[in-house]
Amino acid sequence: MATTADQATQSELKIVEDATCTFCGCVCDDITLKVQDNHIVEAKKACILGKAWFLNHDIEDRPSCLIDGQPAELEAGYRRAAEILCQAYYPIVYGLSDSPCEAQRVAVSIGDWVGANIDTTTSVCHGPSGMAFQGVGEVTATLGEVANRGDLIIFWGSNPAESHPRHFTKYSLMPKGLFVPNGRKDRTCVMVDVRKTKSAKAADLFFQIRPRKDFEALWTLRALAKGIPLDAQLVEQETGIELSRWQELMDKMKASKFGVIFFGMGLTMTRGKHCNSEALLALTRDMNAYTRFIAKPNRGHGNVTGADNVVAWRTGYQFGVNHARGYPRFNPGEYTTSDTLARREADAALIVASDPMSNFSQPAREHLASIPYIALDPKDTPTMRGAAVAFTVATYGINTGGTVYRMDDVPIPLRPAFPSPHPSDQAVLEGIERYVLQMRGVGVL
Amino acid sequence: MTQSLLKIAGGTVYDPANGIDGQVRDLWIRGGRIVEPPSDPAERPTQTIDAAGMVVMPGGVDIHCHIAGPKVNVARKMRPEEKRKAPPVMRTANTHSGTMGSVPSTFATGYKYAGMGYTTAFDAAIPPLAARHAHEEFHDTPCLDKGFYVLMGNNHYLMQAIHDGESEKLRTFIAWLLGAAKGYAPKLVNPGGVEVWKHHASGNVSGLDSIVDHFDVTPRQIVAEVARAANDIGLPHPVHIHCNNLGMPGNWTTTLETMKALEGHRGHITHIQFHSYGGGEGDENTFNSKVAPLAEYVNANENITIDVGQVMFGETTSMTGDGPLGYFLHNVYKGKWFSGDTEMESGCGITPIRYRQKSLVHALQWAIGLEWYLMVDDPWRVVMSTDHPNGGSFLAYPQIIRLLMDRSYRQDVLKTCPAKVRERSQLGDLNREYTLSEIAIITRAGPARILGLTDKGHLGVGADADVTVYTPDENKETMFALPRHVIKGGRVMIEHGEIRSTPQGKTLHVSPAYDEGGVADIRTWFEKYYSIRFNNYAVDASYLDEAEAVP
Repeated sequence: MATTADQATQSELKIVEDATCTFCGCVCDDITLKVQDNHIVEAKKACILGKAWFLNHDIEDRPSCLIDGQPAELEAGYRRAAEILCQAYYPIVYGLSDSPCEAQRVAVSIGDWVGANIDTTTSVCHGPSGMAFQGVGEVTATLGEVANRGDLIIFWGSNPAESHPRHFTKYSLMPKGLFVPNGRKDRTCVMVDVRKTKSAKAADLFFQIRPRKDFEALWTLRALAKGIPLDAQLVEQETGIELSRWQELMDKMKASKFGVIFFGMGLTMTRGKHCNSEALLALTRDMNAYTRFIAKPNRGHGNVTGADNVVAWRTGYQFGVNHARGYPRFNPGEYTTSDTLARREADAALIVASDPMSNFSQPAREHLASIPYIALDPKDTPTMRGAAVAFTVATYGINTGGTVYRMDDVPIPLRPAFPSPHPSDQAVLEGIERYVLQMRGVGVL
Repeated sequence: MTQSLLKIAGGTVYDPANGIDGQVRDLWIRGGRIVEPPSDPAERPTQTIDAAGMVVMPGGVDIHCHIAGPKVNVARKMRPEEKRKAPPVMRTANTHSGTMGSVPSTFATGYKYAGMGYTTAFDAAIPPLAARHAHEEFHDTPCLDKGFYVLMGNNHYLMQAIHDGESEKLRTFIAWLLGAAKGYAPKLVNPGGVEVWKHHASGNVSGLDSIVDHFDVTPRQIVAEVARAANDIGLPHPVHIHCNNLGMPGNWTTTLETMKALEGHRGHITHIQFHSYGGGEGDENTFNSKVAPLAEYVNANENITIDVGQVMFGETTSMTGDGPLGYFLHNVYKGKWFSGDTEMESGCGITPIRYRQKSLVHALQWAIGLEWYLMVDDPWRVVMSTDHPNGGSFLAYPQIIRLLMDRSYRQDVLKTCPAKVRERSQLGDLNREYTLSEIAIITRAGPARILGLTDKGHLGVGADADVTVYTPDENKETMFALPRHVIKGGRVMIEHGEIRSTPQGKTLHVSPAYDEGGVADIRTWFEKYYSIRFNNYAVDASYLDEAEAVP
């Protein structure tokens, strides 16, 4: 009888309104999901990436826990994971950006108890922007401000047409806002990139600058903003763009009422790194002497912004934090994961919702393969395959709730569509923390 | 016996709300509350704290600080250089590690407040769109009962309702917004001015009667109408006001006009030190104190309460919902600058700041803060604050207590300031010294009353068992910096300077009734302009651990 009832419930069509997509940093929260037989059959309003995220989501038919490749009870997995972390001299916690804040908090807690290095995928995407921020600050706004006021929208080293497909329509170019009632007609769009990406089609002006010359281009604009005379030949030679075109852009920037620069990894992960971000943030700041101008990194992972926030509020620093001395210290380059692995320093790892085995450098991957580590992921990834303890977890935003932060730091709740037989990140991390507390003889009273 | 019974025996109790001024009393605590002594003389306490010779007060209540939410967290990220130099907060068997500097990490914030004898704190400025963030940080801020004020002085819907003269709509919106954010009180920050900043280079309003373009309202209308609506709703702390023109020479008239704009309604003017300056517009050479005329007005008008926003010398971080102020300070001090505008609601400015004793302006700010404590006659209407971290850290409270209780110490510090401070303020002539009872008022009993927290700030039967036990000392800074015992909700948190427990603390919020029929209009507006869905805006109960809806 129970079986019949279950089947009846399962085949029922369920609609989830205002569901949140965590595929990219846009964190669109207006998706309508149609769910049938524990499967999402329709994801209205989702973009091509969002549709792929929701519609291709299947529950992995694997044990929730593998120890050394063998199926194991969750409880045994928690214990083994805690042993690995507690026995290590230099454990690291890494990833976190595709996990809700509720789980991130537990991961940071574990890192604190075992004296670990805590780092997120920020260190390999917008970490340089975080460092630039520490140097000059940032003038920014939520995406709704862009939608309601932005009349000059610049994209720099960012290709939202492919990376954030609803960026243009939902936030930056198309929306009819309070002070831009005609939407796209009231806005000018400028793209600056080293190649003509798919996004370039959306631009009114396209600036194809020379590769690795972002800093020089930004510095040119900073000089023009202040009316400092420049050598036209040198500018063109360095940036690949005539000085007169830069001047034309600066005139538009000064004439705009509310200018916005969205920047991507084309800026932060090329030559100059945090110096590039710093130049862009300084330019934005300078522009506020003439008009209102803001900047915003186009963040990638669904909750990488949440990871920055959680790590910052618990430790004071947003990534690359070391707890070996019993308190948090920050030093990018020293405590960032690709570096701690490539230098063969870490001797155990807890990898949450990230796949360094697919995208880290060869030396870093080799070292990770040589140390015992724990991995949590909804999917079977190269990182999961090499883990001493691998937890197949429920997918956030599809199977579990929680909170994610959009790229502009706006916190948004998740509305799960259907349950998973696998535990959530939070449940697994809490299980591990329970054993860590026991083994270390610690615990909040 | 089902619940443990704690006795604090023989302490010298200062409980001004109940008229107890330094009398030796026993306190009995059960179930997290102060209770009558057991009727059965045979009933023994499960634990006794011998407080003989000690000073016993209710736990401290911070009415205005910045300890959680987006602005605070941005400042944490922005200032690694401070933390590197600050003493580390080490992980122990019972407590998490953390970092200090002017903006401590969450756990460190809770531990340090507890270590100073404070058990309740209110964050002063949360954009409702980020309310969820503040609640999440509260989860990780133990040892305190806490709540926050909801930024609404530049809210588009609110300004439109005021412009249209729709008072019913305004009441519905304020009540709905507080409930949606699970916040505690309406907060006005530079009303109207932040909206002008969002839309104009270096934009701001210049006074109470400046027009906020597009919305065609004035700061005076915003203050008057929100105060009226909030008092009509019957909120425990109707309106918390950061006036226009913060920090500007000559701004005292704006402050006076703001008080008048309350039209007799209850209202709290916050960090008033920053709003009490004479002098020509933008002219630091004529900068002087105008506490006297403002204090006279406060003394004569019982609807007004204030907190000071004391400036202390040293390095700190300025953080404010006042976007144009952030830009102004950045231009003055040339430091790194964060500005963050929140759609339809609010702004934010952050920049490092260093208050120098040798600077005439900074020393005057310090003196003006102290004048406020000393020139308001009724201690129940003036509250201790540094506007943490804006004027200085909350950890400076013990030092401020010493400055208030010890006239000769105050004069000694004044002597180290530029001589002109004496000419441009009256501090040198003020001989008043605070008593322990008055300190208990401005640090706990008063703020609790101003906040409408009937279970806090006193030690009568039924009160929350938040108690601090101090060892008397000639040096009042020493006495108040290191309480001997701190008890929250009946649990001993601090014993002889050591952390014994770290209770989570409850979230204090309001949940006023409103006309459900008015929500459709709010929703229509919301879905037209916000970048998130209406259904994903309100914070649900799952974000609150232990919560108390204060009537």
